[in-house]
Amino acid sequence: MATYRLTVNGQRREVTADPTTPLLWVLREDLKMTGTKYGCGIGFCGACTVHLGGVATRSCGEPISLVGDRPITTIEGIGADPVGRAVQDAWVDRDVVQCGYCQSGQIMTAVALLKHMPKPTDKDIEESMGNICRCGTYVRIREAIKEASRQLGKGGA
Amino acid sequence: MATANELTRRAFLQVSASAVGWLVVSLYFDRPLGAQATEKVKYPPDAFIEIRPDGKIVIQVNRLEFGQGVQTALPLLLADELDADWSQVVAELAPAADIYRDPVRGIQMVGGSGSIRTSFLQYRELGARTRAMLIAAAAQRWKVAPEQCHAAASVVHGPGGRSAKYSELAADAARQPIPANVKLKQPSEFRLIGKGVRRLDSRAKCDGSQKFGLDVDLPGMKVAVVAHPPIFGAKVKSIDDSDAHKLEGVREVFEIPVARGGSGVAVVADKFWAAKQARDRLKVEWDIGSVERADSAQLWTKFKELGRTKGLVAETRGDKKVLDSIADSDRLTAEFEFPYLAHCPMEPLNTTIRFDGDKAEAWAGSQFQTFDQMAIAEVLGLKPGQVTFHTEMTGGGFGRRAVPDSHVQREAAAIAKRLKGTPVKLIWTREDDVQGGYYRPMHLHRVEIGIGSDGMPRAWRHVIVGQSLLAGTPFAAMIKNGVDDATVEGVADTPYQIENFHVSVHAPVINVPVLWWRSVGNTHTAFVMETLIDELAARAKMDPIAYRRKLLDREATKLRAALDLMEKKSAVWRNKLPAGHAAGIACHYCFETGVACAAEVSIEDRRPRIHRVTVAADCGTGVNPLTIENQMQGGMTFGISQLVAGAAITLKDGRVEQSNFDGFALPYLPDAPVAVDVHIVPSTEKPSGIGEPPVPVIAPAVVNALARLTGKRYRSLPLNTI
Repeated sequence: MATYRLTVNGQRREVTADPTTPLLWVLREDLKMTGTKYGCGIGFCGACTVHLGGVATRSCGEPISLVGDRPITTIEGIGADPVGRAVQDAWVDRDVVQCGYCQSGQIMTAVALLKHMPKPTDKDIEESMGNICRCGTYVRIREAIKEASRQLGKGGA
Repeated sequence: MATANELTRRAFLQVSASAVGWLVVSLYFDRPLGAQATEKVKYPPDAFIEIRPDGKIVIQVNRLEFGQGVQTALPLLLADELDADWSQVVAELAPAADIYRDPVRGIQMVGGSGSIRTSFLQYRELGARTRAMLIAAAAQRWKVAPEQCHAAASVVHGPGGRSAKYSELAADAARQPIPANVKLKQPSEFRLIGKGVRRLDSRAKCDGSQKFGLDVDLPGMKVAVVAHPPIFGAKVKSIDDSDAHKLEGVREVFEIPVARGGSGVAVVADKFWAAKQARDRLKVEWDIGSVERADSAQLWTKFKELGRTKGLVAETRGDKKVLDSIADSDRLTAEFEFPYLAHCPMEPLNTTIRFDGDKAEAWAGSQFQTFDQMAIAEVLGLKPGQVTFHTEMTGGGFGRRAVPDSHVQREAAAIAKRLKGTPVKLIWTREDDVQGGYYRPMHLHRVEIGIGSDGMPRAWRHVIVGQSLLAGTPFAAMIKNGVDDATVEGVADTPYQIENFHVSVHAPVINVPVLWWRSVGNTHTAFVMETLIDELAARAKMDPIAYRRKLLDREATKLRAALDLMEKKSAVWRNKLPAGHAAGIACHYCFETGVACAAEVSIEDRRPRIHRVTVAADCGTGVNPLTIENQMQGGMTFGISQLVAGAAITLKDGRVEQSNFDGFALPYLPDAPVAVDVHIVPSTEKPSGIGEPPVPVIAPAVVNALARLTGKRYRSLPLNTI
């Protein structure tokens, strides 16, 4: 066990954990932030996506000992970001979610995409959105990303 | 799924004013299942509706919400008849209780695309009765006749401009007699039904605040994982847990019973990561000598042999000899292979239980609350009523949480029993899920068709080989003459009019647990029927839609309506396809809904690229068109998961060869259609299923398009090569 000082959604947090513990489980069990989801544990589904130092990262494969001083942003905090808020609003406007379990990860990935590519093409969306949605909300995810892009382009967020 | 015993509901409404003056309406009904139907049981009261002093209207949803939108649709039905202010409606998932059983099927459940079908009137009547009582209370207060009052947006209006909010009337309304009969709205009076309402749970699911079953957190809670036997039904021979116990936070390691008479090793720790690591460090010797070791390659050989012999008769009409009298040149023989498939809902299976000796409390996402509550009670030596069963918001299911043997809940209960007094959350890792069985069964279809001079099928001999879903479950009584309807649905009852038509089935018993997978038998039967019909149309050089229409039963009105609407809506793009693109057609009727679709497909990187899908559905009254659109779009993607390369569960010498998404492939965004336009046939008929009906049509539609592009027929799924 070791003690780690983290910055999560702008707040300083301290946790004591086994160094191999993935960031996912530190968030969920130590910090009680359950918006970040466990889906596969091997980085294939993206349900656990968070932003680590501004980069979309699958937290199930990120040992807590390697997080260092990179700030962590989770689904609970992304709404404070204008792009994050625009994506969440577009998701609600387009009635994207079904079961909703994967959507934290989808939204975190979409926000990272729009921050790097404010006007993504279909191809950009396809290449960036490597998150599994078993309910199959992909058609609406695609629409909502474009909608968020439009809203942000208008300066609406 | 189970729709048997659809006995007439005898419902009694009883109302009581709770201490805080909220209106509580409870629905009572007789236990409608089988032998117990004669027993007249009254249930303790519970709430469907609470009108709170702050104006909030809290509606209990008697179903699991796991994406299908029922948590919005049922309150919508009630709120429409109640004339409630929709912005004030709050939905809650009801716990397991007799009053929340499906009013037709007699158990608390979600399945068979039946939630709206069986609760459509129930929820509307609840709303209408409550509205009548609120109006009666207002009329009494104002000393006017109820007929002089009307309601809108949670307010009763009376003569002389008087008005009162529902929240102000709730206490008085609760003391009003319950009207025996209420007049329900005519479709023209609907304010919410048919209008398209956004989900109530969207925002919480977009900001991380929605709690799912896996997010349950209780004071002092422990986390458990289970090492399952490598072969279904195998037992533990010995456990060496010395390395596991060296890890900090590991509390207990012990053997528990698991599915199919096997046993496993439960590891309980303070947190998941310790439990998972400890499980990895266990050295378990398994007794695998006495269990059958299923092997996919061997099973295919056996299935193919069986496919060449006649099985138990599922359907027979016309003359059996006609087929053999047709010349070989006018005959078509086709063999289809479908592998085992895992459901893989995104939220891994889990259940949390605290056992307190004389009672217990459980938290789970369950499609079968009644069975799961009973199973937990049985393991703990309690009566079902002593187990408080909370229905948790759930991350998908697709049938995987409708498990007749409640094996996950039984494991959790066995662990909770040992940890008496301490709440424990059992988590099935994704590896447990992929390797844990309860798959869509593998199937072989062998079909021989004799074609008439008009190009239409004159004779059809069809053999299906596949494990029964119902055998060994409480639904086994539904197996008729050895034939499980869930194996043959979609073939035996095909609406295509084929004069000489013979369907038989073999149901081998195999040591692999199987389970309904969204749309059940239709997942494979629609693929077989719709690809063969398409092939016959092509052979007859006829338009695939016209060919289907010619062959369809006149009475198949919903399917015909869907086909007509799809044809009309897709004509604009089907008639000007770019080079290298083709349109594929499929239609199917199931869960009382007709669905037809056209898919525009090309081949990119040796994979089908689905540019668009036009889908039309006749599902009776479209309660929430936005949800129907969502279900059609999502159901299409679920259906595509039959096609994507790597989408197969295979066994070698008893062991499942895949363990996670790196081996068992699911569709990602580029595999799904780029766009899906959904069209609902206008109807005021009673609503029918929408969750499952879109699933069966997409795979045959895509493959029919591919056949146009490549000239090949695809009869073995998934499409590992094109």
